[in-house]
Parts: sequence; C-alpha cells; structure tokens
Amino acid sequence: MNPQLGWLTVLFAAVFTNNILLTNYLGMCSFLAVSREVKTSLGLGAAVVFVMTATSVLNWIVYYRLLVPLHMEAFRFIVFIIVIAAFVQVVELVIERVSETLYAALGIFLPLITVNCAILGVSLFMVIRQYTLAQAFGYGLGSGLGWLAAILAMAGIRQKMAARSRVPRGLEGAGITLIVAGIMALAFMGFNGMVNLN
Amino acid sequence: MAGALRKTFVGNLGVNNPVFVQVLGICSTLAVTNMLRNTAVMCLGLVFTTSLSNVTVSALRRWIPPRVRMMVEVLIIAAYVMVVDVALRAFAPEISRQLGPYVGLIITNCIVMGRTEAFALSHAPLVSLVDGLSAGLGYSYVLLAIAVARELLGAGSLWGVRLLGDWWVNWAIMVMAPGAFFALALFIWPINTQWLSRRASAPAAGPERKP
Repeated sequence: MNPQLGWLTVLFAAVFTNNILLTNYLGMCSFLAVSREVKTSLGLGAAVVFVMTATSVLNWIVYYRLLVPLHMEAFRFIVFIIVIAAFVQVVELVIERVSETLYAALGIFLPLITVNCAILGVSLFMVIRQYTLAQAFGYGLGSGLGWLAAILAMAGIRQKMAARSRVPRGLEGAGITLIVAGIMALAFMGFNGMVNLN
Repeated sequence: MAGALRKTFVGNLGVNNPVFVQVLGICSTLAVTNMLRNTAVMCLGLVFTTSLSNVTVSALRRWIPPRVRMMVEVLIIAAYVMVVDVALRAFAPEISRQLGPYVGLIITNCIVMGRTEAFALSHAPLVSLVDGLSAGLGYSYVLLAIAVARELLGAGSLWGVRLLGDWWVNWAIMVMAPGAFFALALFIWPINTQWLSRRASAPAAGPERKP
C-alpha cells in the first residue's frame, strides 16, 4: 500500500494503531475461551506470535512467487490454509522432538491455531494491502505481539475480576469479556493517527 | 424424520443459537456489522457455505479418515468460500472491496467448522443441510439485528439511506471498533439472563463449546 513504510513502522502500527484483535476483531473465539488465566494466555500468545510471523512470510512467498505468476489468485484461500495447517503440523513435530517442556507448554495450543482467524486474516490483509516481503514480516510479527498484548491484558483483568467483582449473571463469561474488550479498544483508539495503515 | 428436521431447525435459531449461546464466529459478527448492506451480503455467503459444506462433509463422512478430518473439512469449506468470493468480485465488486478479508475469513469462522465437526460427521446429508441452513440463519438474524442497531445509531441510516433527521447526532463510536464489542455484549446480556433463568428451572445439557 505504502511502499516507504519501513517494516518497523508496520510492526509498531500492527501492535498499537491497527491491533488485529481490537480493531479488526480477529482471533476473538480463542481470545474469549482462553483468556481466563495469564499463564495459558501467555502460552497461546507465544504460539500465535511464532506461527503468525512465519506463515505471513511463507504465504507472501507462495502468493507472489507461485500464485501470481500462474494467475491463480482466486485459489489463495485454499493455498493459505494449507500452508498454515502444514506449518503448524511441522512445528508440532519439531517441538515434540526437541523439547519436552516447550511441547508441554505450547503443544495443546497448536491445533487450535490452524483455525484461529487472526492467522489467516494476517495473510489476507497482507495481500489486500500489497505489502513487500519485509513489511509482511513486520506485519505478521507486530500482529502477533499485539494479539499477545491484548490477551495478556485481558487475562490479567479477568483474574482480578473473578476474585473481586460481582458480574451480573447474564454477562458472565463472554458478555463481560466483550465489554472489557470494548473498553480496551477505546483505550487503544488513543494511539490513532500516529501511523495509518489503511 | 420430519420431527427431527424441525427440532434441528428451531433449536439452531433459538436455544442452540451459535452466536448467543455458544458465542462462536463472532469475529465477523463484529467486523461487518457497521453497515446493514454489507452484513446482509456476508450472511448470504455464510448461509451458503454452512449449508453446502455440511452436506458435502456429511455425504463424504464414511470416507474421511478420522485423523485428517479437520483438514478435509477446512478444504471443503475453503472451496465453497472461494465460490462466494469469486461471485462477489464479479457481481458486487464494491461490496467485495469493503468486506476486504472478511469473506475469506468465513473459512475459519468457528460456526462453519463447528457444524461440520459436531453435526455433519455423524448425520445424514438431508438433516445436515437443515442443520447448516438453520445455524447460518440463526447467525444471520443476530448479525442483522446488531447491524441495524449499529448503523442506525452510528450513522443515522439503514442500508445507506438516511433515516433520522438533522436533529440526530451520530454516535460515531457505534460504527467504530469499541461500539461493536459493546453492542454484542448488550445483545447477549438479556438473552443469556432469560436463558439462564429458564435453564435453572429445567436443567438441561449445557451448550457445546468449542474454542
């Protein structure tokens, strides 16, 4: 979109002004389900950062080096999802072989990640905004970090809330989480105007 | 048979509604509901995808190896989403541009995956079609209701037509990100309260949740 933006600028914007969760609403399902505890949130968040960065770069290469020359852009959905699923499988195998502790920490989250809409969303945004390879890297990494920051903050708030506050029964679980997410989105709007990706 | 079809259909619109009860697939609920027209198009795409992918998975269920079933389901869904995307680009390029990546994200919408995984794998094609159709419709009416509220309050218009007069000051927050979160939470609240009180009097099986 804007070729003079450096990859660091894109990274910064993806964390703050264009947070994938709080402005594009992606990855909400796992955000709502997993944000009860800080520890599990950190595990899932770390897995998301890693997979998002890698698949964003991989999908960039596949799209511009394979699909565009073959005029098969319409097949990008299928190809992207295969790349993501295959990558997650490989990572799972490697982690299982290399480190028991890492597998215990991240292993259960990896299958969830294939269907995390934020991962596919990053690849689709990257195509729509016509990023260069470096920008795609910055965008993938930044979106992952932004998602991690959002879920960590939410898990911290929910832990406090579970201990202290009395939530109306109908709002328990998803309802109150959405309201807190709304307030967080309001806070993040304070960053608007620093960098603009759209 | 007809009774089972009806039960599936009504259940998905009400007590098993994917958005309210299971809180699934809300990524797109939030993203596209700032304009009614875009929401309607998105809903059509989603109903099409859930129905047909349910039928396809159900018809193939005896031949899908359990170990790779998720992958097979995703690929079937992706194929239908591709059809929706190509059709949108051809017939409604402007809407396709506004929806951006969210049409493609129907693939990872938990509702579509959830229905194929939880229902189509263990049921016959016809009842799966009804299940997919009703899950799609149950999702759609919630989305449309939220879109009406957001567009009316946020822009004073519906379907792009200005309804409220000059006296109306737009609540700009409603068409922006935080408004979406608040609107959905406020929609869930009364319905969950109602549902909880009914469930307390007649204990039933809890909703299936899939992260």
